[in-house]
Amino acid sequence: MTTSTGHPILDIIVVALALTGAFFMIVASVGVLRLPDLLLRMHAATKAGALGTGLVLVAVAVYFGEVGMTTRALAGVAFLILTAPVAAHVIGRASYASGVKLWKETRRDELAEYYSTHSPTLVPGSEVRQDPS
Amino acid sequence: MNLLLWNVLLALIWAFIMSDVTARGLAVGFVIGYLVLLFSRPLFPETRYFSKLFRAVALAVFFVVELLKSSVRVAIDVLHPDVERRMEAAVFSVPLDVKSDLGISLLANLISLTPGTLSLDVSEDRSTLFIHGMYVDDVEAARREIKEGFERRIMEVFQ
Repeated sequence: MTTSTGHPILDIIVVALALTGAFFMIVASVGVLRLPDLLLRMHAATKAGALGTGLVLVAVAVYFGEVGMTTRALAGVAFLILTAPVAAHVIGRASYASGVKLWKETRRDELAEYYSTHSPTLVPGSEVRQDPS
Repeated sequence: MNLLLWNVLLALIWAFIMSDVTARGLAVGFVIGYLVLLFSRPLFPETRYFSKLFRAVALAVFFVVELLKSSVRVAIDVLHPDVERRMEAAVFSVPLDVKSDLGISLLANLISLTPGTLSLDVSEDRSTLFIHGMYVDDVEAARREIKEGFERRIMEVFQ
C-alpha cells in the first residue's frame, strides 16, 4: 500500500482535510475538559466532533478516489449529520429535565419558566398519547 | 415533489446510458435532467419545484458556511486561556413560524449541528423552540439570527 494518491495536489488536499479533522476532534475533547457545564460540553463534544469525523471521512474518500469508497464515506457523513444533533438534543434535554445544574453564570433560562407550568415528558412516545383526541 | 422523482430518474437513466454510474456521472445526469425539466416547464404550470430545489441547495450551502464559521469560533474559545470569560451561556426561546413536524425537526437539527447553539425542547403546542446558546450577549439578536437565517430558508423550501 502506498501513502500517496500519486497526484501532488490531491495529496495536499487529503493531508489538509485529515489534519483539520483531527484538529477539530482534539478541540472537541479539550472542550469537554475545559467548559463549565454539561450543556456547554455537549456543544464541543457533538459538533466539533462531528465536523472532525466528517472531514476525516471526506479525506478518506478523496484519498481512495473509488466509487465504493466514496459512497461509503459519504454515507458515513450523512448518518453522522443525521444522528449527532439528535443525540445532542436528547442528552441535553434529559440532563436539563433531570435537574442537572446549569453553569452559575448562565445569563437567563426561559425553559425553566416553561417547565414550571409544563412538566417535561421523558418517556419516548408519551407526547403522542397526551394529545387531546 | 413529483418532479424530484423525475429528475432522479433522468439522472439514473443518464448515468446508465453513459455507463458512468459514479457520483460524478449521477451529478451530471441530475443537472442535465434539471435542465430538461426546466425546458419543458410549460407542461407543469403549477410546480414550484425549480425554485424549491434552488432554495434547498442554498440552504445546504448556508448551513455548511455557518458550520465552518461557528466551529472556528468555538475552537478559538475552547483553546483560549480564559475560556469562561468568553462564554455568554443562556437558554432562550424562539417563537416558531414553521408549522410542519418535518420543518421543526430540520430546524432543530440544523441548530443543534451548528456549534454555539443546541436545541433543548419544543413546547407541546409546537409554537416555541427552546435553545441553549453559548454566545447570547443579546437575546433579541440571537432570536433574530435564527429566524432570519435557518428558519426563513427552511420555510422557503417547505412551503
